[in-house]
Amino acid sequence: MAPRVGVVTFPGSLDDIDALRAVRLSGGEPVPLWHATDSLEGIEAVILPGGFSYGDYLRCGAIARFAPVMNELIKKADAGLPVLGICNGFQILCEAHLLPGALIRNDVRTFVCKDQDLRIESVDTPWTSAFERGQQINIVLKNGEGGFVADADTLRRLEGEGQVVFRYVNGNPNGSYHDIAGICNERGNVVGLMPHPEHNVDPLTGPTTDGTSVFRSVYGFLSARI
Amino acid sequence: MARVVVDVMPKPEILDPQGKAVTGALARLGFAGVSVRQGKRFELEVDGELTDERLADVHRAAETLLANPVIETFQVRVESAERADDQARVEPAEPADDQARVDEPEAAPAGAR
Repeated sequence: MAPRVGVVTFPGSLDDIDALRAVRLSGGEPVPLWHATDSLEGIEAVILPGGFSYGDYLRCGAIARFAPVMNELIKKADAGLPVLGICNGFQILCEAHLLPGALIRNDVRTFVCKDQDLRIESVDTPWTSAFERGQQINIVLKNGEGGFVADADTLRRLEGEGQVVFRYVNGNPNGSYHDIAGICNERGNVVGLMPHPEHNVDPLTGPTTDGTSVFRSVYGFLSARI
Repeated sequence: MARVVVDVMPKPEILDPQGKAVTGALARLGFAGVSVRQGKRFELEVDGELTDERLADVHRAAETLLANPVIETFQVRVESAERADDQARVEPAEPADDQARVDEPEAAPAGAR
């Protein structure tokens, strides 16, 4: 049976439909979840999609982080549920303290939309196990507030514990500390990244299909677990 | 009713692109030698008497939602606290001794054009 992957829609989410489609195209069973009412019963992995939840008011992700579904999500993430936050989803995970650090306005002060080169720094997560360590991929990046920041201790810990998962290469597009594009929690099951793997799953609409392996990774992880 | 102000600022070690943009614009306008960091100001109207517990609530609200302590610092200050005699409605009450009040300049600085 295809793994059931939930995609949470918040008010202002934009890329939920693309994420659901990417799950389907890569061989999973997409399950749309509404932030206010739906439970995570029977869901094997969760994606928090990109967009502008609550209009990015206050801070990106600051209000969505308190959506009803997040209480259950935080509990299950702590228990090992694979969770992927893409762009605004990454911001929400940081605001929820499921991931360390924060995302601030790009140092270039403009919205950045480009095909971005990345290096896979860790394959020890459910979302990157189908890649090879050090592999270079190209995935679209599109955000206004994608600058990853954290204090020196946190950065040292992320680097030392192998929690940097994706790193920008061939140029840092937004001023992220240590060129960090994506990280994971200590356990590795919660991953957040600014670029959008769900947009790189179809040769018709992107220069690569490198995003597909993100989704295939989690299917491999889930089937190996049973 | 009391007004409590929460000021939120990016931590010094965190890049402040907005402040940098404002600094650059000021320099272009001839306001030389000025460096800006940009924060946020929240004004909370608190119902009833402002007890220590209510103030502690505001503090928790600031820590929970208004500021992200990972990248921001915040300060809570009472701007006007209504006493039982209701004077505050007419005139802002004097700030309590332990609540520092930031003085506002007498008038906007000249030379804005």
